[in-house]
Amino acid sequence: MTKQQGNGLLEVRGLTARVGDRQILKGIDLAIRAGEVHAIMGPNGSGKSTLAKVLAGHPSYEVTGGEVLYEGRNLLELPPEERARAGVFLGFQYPIEVPGVTNSAFLRLAYNTVHGSRGKEELDPLEFDDLVREKMKLLQMNPDFLERSVNAGFSGGERKRNEVLQMALLEPRLAILDETDSGLDIDALRIVAGGVNALRTADNGILLVTHYQRLLNYIVPDFVHVMDGGRIIKTGDKSLALELEERGYDWVAREYKAKAA
Amino acid sequence: MAETAFLDSLLAPRSRLPAASSGWLKQRRSAALERAGALSVPSARDEDWRFTDLSPLYRLKLQPADGKAPDAAALEPLAIAEAGTRVVLVDGRYVESLSRPMAGDGVYVGGLARALQLHEAALQQALASTARIESDLFAAVNTAFLHDAAVVYVGPDRKLDTPVHILQISTGAGTASHPRVLVVCGRGSEATVVEDFVSLGAQSSLTNALAEIAVDVNAGLRHVRVQREADDVYHIGNTSIALARDARLRSWAVTLGGRLSRHNFNVLQQGEGIDCEIDGLALISGRQLADTHSFIDHAHPRGRSRQLHKTVVGGAAHAVFNGKIRVNAGAQQTDSGQQSRTLLLTPRAHVDAKPQLEIFADDVKCAHGATVGQLEADEIFYLKSRGLSEATARNLLTYAFAAEVVEGIPVRSLVNALEERIMQQTQTAELK
Repeated sequence: MTKQQGNGLLEVRGLTARVGDRQILKGIDLAIRAGEVHAIMGPNGSGKSTLAKVLAGHPSYEVTGGEVLYEGRNLLELPPEERARAGVFLGFQYPIEVPGVTNSAFLRLAYNTVHGSRGKEELDPLEFDDLVREKMKLLQMNPDFLERSVNAGFSGGERKRNEVLQMALLEPRLAILDETDSGLDIDALRIVAGGVNALRTADNGILLVTHYQRLLNYIVPDFVHVMDGGRIIKTGDKSLALELEERGYDWVAREYKAKAA
Repeated sequence: MAETAFLDSLLAPRSRLPAASSGWLKQRRSAALERAGALSVPSARDEDWRFTDLSPLYRLKLQPADGKAPDAAALEPLAIAEAGTRVVLVDGRYVESLSRPMAGDGVYVGGLARALQLHEAALQQALASTARIESDLFAAVNTAFLHDAAVVYVGPDRKLDTPVHILQISTGAGTASHPRVLVVCGRGSEATVVEDFVSLGAQSSLTNALAEIAVDVNAGLRHVRVQREADDVYHIGNTSIALARDARLRSWAVTLGGRLSRHNFNVLQQGEGIDCEIDGLALISGRQLADTHSFIDHAHPRGRSRQLHKTVVGGAAHAVFNGKIRVNAGAQQTDSGQQSRTLLLTPRAHVDAKPQLEIFADDVKCAHGATVGQLEADEIFYLKSRGLSEATARNLLTYAFAAEVVEGIPVRSLVNALEERIMQQTQTAELK
């Protein structure tokens, strides 16, 4: 694995994790530098989403070995809320509904909590309203969305747009997007991908977890990793995604086994 | 025996009650007094009181209310802006100077005495008619003391454009009071009535409330009951709502206060095609006990009922929910659904929740479900991943769980006040 560089953002070394008795991650090595977009692909059950959740600190997963450095600090010792405040963002595959709490109240609370911890002043409801409406334009969202309860009764596309809106508001340094493209039609995918691209800077890093090469037509990655059986078994550039689309995953697994043998 | 002494002292002030103006009223009062003497005081041996121990109530030394009314200024924060009319009962006594009554054009909102002059026939039919005086000691005692009441009468095809606020105040000075409410909705009429229970003092007191509500053919009633008395009040409430053919009832019952509270909520479908939706919320903490016994009686065909009862229990509090639904043999094509959801916030919090379905008809649709749980780990994680602390995430989810019930109340300022109260209560350390 490469040594951490000056602009290293995330360094994952030999990470293993389990849920209950089931070992899911069996030794992940991954380095993301500022300005890079990485895509993790792989068949169902390969451990992609688990990696995303472990990085965000989901309590159901137990880290059993390895280490994760974020901006040079031990990420694993931070509770999820401190990871978020430090700039780690997880876009959920299945965003949770919170009936009874309006989006505007929830987004403002999250915004003020995260940016407050970074020393910014709190925004009052009016100031926040201006900001959030500006960001919503990026995702072509209907203004009535603000008055609705968080994700309650939202379509799949609305939920995913809401995730990217939260990313836009919280301005993470490391955004992990867990199957943000699943269940979206082409138009919605274009909008969501456009939103993510607009948030891409030389200073932040993005980790895309996806099933489908289609997303990578719109968000072009610098690296593509193939995960299988809880390990990254191949890494390439964007052309690898096209190859996977054409040939499936089996050949990668065979190649990996042959190499290991 | 503490029980017998309690009942004797409770009934003693009755000898000082002014004479009733009508013969029928006097007769109903005496019958109730006789019944109160014959009924035994509830104990944990009674199936209906298995989970709710009244012995702390029986040990109280209660005084009859002294009849002093609070200053109008003290009631200012309790006002409901949207309400065009208000009836204030202080320890069960109608106080006209604090009320905004109304009489005329087929509508009456005010005290019992004037109502008897204007609408005696309707009152004679409805008063002490559906309350369970025969079997419920507290209903019998309340009726034995029946002298004043808040009365709402809405004539046929009349529509009340603004809510009626029935403010029932316990002065909370170690007193026992028996507030009484009568609502009569005429054929084809529409009204919104808010029953609101508050207390002022801080001594252990008893509020023994009873409401009888009659909704005539094709009428629509929206009924809100909020019990927000102080945590040292013992509150026993009996509400019975009788619905005639094609009547519509939308109701919300919210329990926040009381050291010990019991609400018997009986909905009687007395005609075909009745539609009722009944939501309930009990949000308690510390050492509170809140007991809701609801009963929906489907007696005729094509009735519909929906019930959502939510309970949030913190501290070492104890909640009871007994939700009985009976579908009688004649009540074909009944469509009934009941959901009970409880959130336990601490290991010491406790609930006894029991759905009770009795179905004697064969062509019916009855669904019920009960859940008891803690907050979902995935929900907490979602909020924490957005930077919220564990405590904030929990408070927000608890708030949202409870607020869902009050959101639908058709009186905006009351919704705001309740949401504020829920917010405060879900943020106090005591709830944790």
